[in-house]
Amino acid sequence: MNKSKILMFLAALLPLLLFVFPLWKITLEAPQYPTPLGMYIHINDFSDANPHDIKNINLMNHYVGMKYIPDAIPEFKIFPLGIIITTVLGLIIAFYGNHKWYLYWFIMMVLVSAAGLYDFYLWEHDYGYDLDPKAIMKFTNPDGSVMGFQPPLFGSKDILNFTAHSYPQLGAYCLGLGMAVSFVAYLLGRREKKNQVLRHEAS
Amino acid sequence: MMKKFSLLLTGILGFALVMTSCNNQGKGTSNGALTSNAAERVYVAPGEHDEFYAFISGGFSGQLSVYGLPSGRLFKVIPVFSQDAEKAWGYNEETKPMLNTSHGFVPWDDSHHPDISQTNGELDGRYVFINGNNTPRIAKVDLSVFETTEIIEIPNSGGNHSSSFVTENTEYVVAGTRFSVPVPQRDMPIKDYKGNFKGALTFISVAPENGRMDIKFQLMMPGFDYDLAHPGRGDSHGWFFFTTYNTEEASSLLEVNASQNDKDFIAAVNWKKIEEYVNGGGGKKMATNYAHNVYDESTHTATSTMKKEVLVVDPLEVPGAVYFLPTPKSPHGCDVDTTGEYIVGNGKLSADLTVHSFSKMLAAIEAEKFDGDAYGIPILNFEDVLAGTVKSGGLGPLHTEFDGEGNAYTTFFISSEVVKWKVGTWEVVDRQPCYYSVGHLMIPGGNSRKPFGKYVLAMNKITKDRYLPTGPEVTQSAQLYDISGEKMELLLDFPTVGEPHYAAGIAADIVKARSKKIYNLSENEHKYGIQTDADVRVERNGKEVHIYMSMIRSHFNPDNIEGIKVGDKVYFHVTNLEQDYDVPHGVSVLGANTAELLIMPGQTESFVWEPKQVGVWPFYCTDFCSALHQEMQGYIRVSPENSNLDLSWSLGE
Repeated sequence: MNKSKILMFLAALLPLLLFVFPLWKITLEAPQYPTPLGMYIHINDFSDANPHDIKNINLMNHYVGMKYIPDAIPEFKIFPLGIIITTVLGLIIAFYGNHKWYLYWFIMMVLVSAAGLYDFYLWEHDYGYDLDPKAIMKFTNPDGSVMGFQPPLFGSKDILNFTAHSYPQLGAYCLGLGMAVSFVAYLLGRREKKNQVLRHEAS
Repeated sequence: MMKKFSLLLTGILGFALVMTSCNNQGKGTSNGALTSNAAERVYVAPGEHDEFYAFISGGFSGQLSVYGLPSGRLFKVIPVFSQDAEKAWGYNEETKPMLNTSHGFVPWDDSHHPDISQTNGELDGRYVFINGNNTPRIAKVDLSVFETTEIIEIPNSGGNHSSSFVTENTEYVVAGTRFSVPVPQRDMPIKDYKGNFKGALTFISVAPENGRMDIKFQLMMPGFDYDLAHPGRGDSHGWFFFTTYNTEEASSLLEVNASQNDKDFIAAVNWKKIEEYVNGGGGKKMATNYAHNVYDESTHTATSTMKKEVLVVDPLEVPGAVYFLPTPKSPHGCDVDTTGEYIVGNGKLSADLTVHSFSKMLAAIEAEKFDGDAYGIPILNFEDVLAGTVKSGGLGPLHTEFDGEGNAYTTFFISSEVVKWKVGTWEVVDRQPCYYSVGHLMIPGGNSRKPFGKYVLAMNKITKDRYLPTGPEVTQSAQLYDISGEKMELLLDFPTVGEPHYAAGIAADIVKARSKKIYNLSENEHKYGIQTDADVRVERNGKEVHIYMSMIRSHFNPDNIEGIKVGDKVYFHVTNLEQDYDVPHGVSVLGANTAELLIMPGQTESFVWEPKQVGVWPFYCTDFCSALHQEMQGYIRVSPENSNLDLSWSLGE
C-alpha cells in the first residue's frame, strides 16, 4: 500500500475523534468568577467546564433577557451524522479512489466545516440578540440600537462585566488535521502517480 | 589644630554611636522585643491566603472560631454548643436536635479544647473535636464543610474538662470529668463526697470511615478532679495521661481544701489494655441516659437519639491498666512531647514543671516499685518516674507545647509569660511577656508527632489597656510569637471571640483543598427539599401548613401565598436551588419568633412561623445575594381563623 493511501485512511478517521474531544469552548471571565465560567461544545452535547457552569451562565444571562442554553439542539443529531457519513465516504475513497478523489473529499470537508461554522455563528447571533422583551436589564449601544451579547465566533471580546473567549478545542483540531492530511495525501498521491508514469515510460 | 579637632570630633561621633546602639538594645529587650519588620511578617497581602488555620475555641461563647495565621484574621465562627441566630443554628428545624441532651434542649455551653484528628500521629485535617464543659458533651466539626456534624453527651460526668483529645490514629477522642459526681446520679448529702463520688474517664471511639462517635467505655476512677489530658505517642501510644487535683476529695472551699496535698497525681491509663478487656466481654453495662446527635449532610437534618446504656470499667478489674504518678502542686496541663517519652505536669501552684519519663515509668511498673495505692490503684515513686524538673523562675505554669525541634514552650498565668526550655536538659533559654495572664498556648500541630514549629499563639484572659476600651467588658486576645529563631519574637496581638480558651492549628494546605464549595442539589435528600420549580407547593394538614419553597437569583417561588389563617403553624421549607460558589440566600418573615435562615447552595432549611395577626406580611432575602437582591421578596396573606379562603400560591402572575 502506498503512503498516500495510508494518509487518506488516517485523514478519514481523524474527524471521528470529535466524538471523544470537544469541538469548541466558550469561557466567561469576570471579577466575581476567579474560576471562570465555561462551556464545552461537543458535536452532540454542551457540557460544563466546571460543575454547574451552564446553569450559572444561564442564571447570569437571564438578567439581560438571554434564553437558556438548551439541553439539546437539532445540530446534535445532524453533526454526528455528517461526521459519520463523511468518514465512511473518506474510507471508501481511501479503499477505491485515486488521489483526485482525495482532493474532492478535502473540498467537501472544507465546505461542510464552513457550513458548520456558519450555523454556529447563526446560533450565537440568535443567542446574543433574541432577547426577552421583559429583560430585567436592557442596554443600548451609543447609536440607540439594542445591545446584543453575542459571544465571539473566534477570539476574545468584552461583554459588559464579562470577557468572553471562544476558541476551538482538540476535537476541532483533529478535524482540521484530518482535512490537512487528506490534502497532503492528494499531493503525495499526485507525485506517486507521476513517478509511476515516469517509471512506466522508462521501462 | 585642625587635626586635633577632627580627632576630637571622631571621638565624639564614635561615643554617640555607641550610646545609640546601647539605647536600641535596651529598648528592644524592655519592649517585648517587637522587631521592626514584625508587620511584614504577619502581613498577608489582599487576595493571598494565610499559611495556617487556627481553630480557636470561644470558651464561654460555646463556639469555635476560625482564624488565619500569621495574619490573625477571623474567617468564620462555627456554631457548636450555642444557638446562633445568624446561621439559625439551634433555631431552624434541622439543627434544633443538635442541642438536645438528657436535660432537654441546652442552648449554650462552654467550649474548651479543640483537637484535630490524626493519622499516624500527624494531623490529617478531617475533623476538629471540641468539648462542652458545662453539660458534658463532645462535638465534631467536619472540616470539609466547617460545620458541627455530631454532638455526643457524656453521661456520669460533670465539668467535661480533660477533653477532647485524640489518640494517634483518632482511635478515640477522650473526655475526662473535672467534677466528680455520684454515679449513678442520686439524691445524697454533698458532705458524703469522699469515697462516694466517681470520676469518669470516657473513651469515645471514632469510626475511621465516617468519623461516627460511640462511647466505647467509661473508666470509673476515684473521685478526684481530672483536669487535663494528653495521649501518648510513639512508644507511649496506647497510654493516656490525665492530671488530677483535689485528691483531697474536698467538696467545699476547694481553693483552700484542694490545695493541701503537696503532690497530686498524673493518672497513666493503658487504654489498649482496657480495650482488650472490653473487647473480650469485660466491663459492666450500666443503665443511663444520654443524647447522641448526628447531622446528616444529605438530608441536611440532624436527628437526636437517646442512648440508654453505657459500658463501665472498674480500674481494679483490669490489673496493670492504671497507675498514679505523684506530681507536685495541683498540676493543670498534662502535655506529652513529640516523641512520647516525656509527660509534663504543669504544677499550677508552683514555680517548677515536673517532667516524668515514660520509659522510667515502665521500668518502675516492671519492678513493681510502688509507694502504696489510692483506692487500690498503685502509686509509683516520684523519684522513680521523674525525668527532670524545669526550674523556670516563673509562677503558675499552666500548659506546654512542643516545636518538634527539641524545645518546649510553657505558659505562666501568674507571671504572665511564655517560657521556652529545652527538652532533656530542662534548661530555660528564653522568656517573653504576655499581655496579660496567658492561659493556653498553641503551636500548629503541637499535639502531634510533627508540629509545624514556626509560630506559637498565646491566648490571654485579660487585656485591660491593650485595645480601645469598650466599656467594662473588653476583649480577650491572642498573641502570635515567631519561634523560628533561638529567641521568641512577639509579632501580633489580635482580639478573639469569647474566651480564647485553647486552639488547634494546622497547615492550611492540608485543609483547604478539601473544603466544599456547594452542596450538590442532586444529592439533597431533605424530607421537604425540592429539586426544581415543578416541585414547589403548599400543603395543609389540619392547622399545620408546609410550604415547599425554592430560592434562586433573584426570587422566591412561590412569592405570593394566600389561605393561611391565624393559629396555623406554618413551616417554611426553603431550598436554595443555586449551584454556584458563595451564593447563599437568607429568608425570614415579619414577626417570626425564630432566627433567619441562611441557606447554602443546594441546601434546604426550615423555620416555623405561627402568625398571630391578620394581614399581609412580607418576607425577603436577608443575604445580599445579587444585583436584584432588593427585589427578592414576597407576601404571605393571613386570614382570620374562621376564613374559608383556600390555599393558593403563585410566582409572577
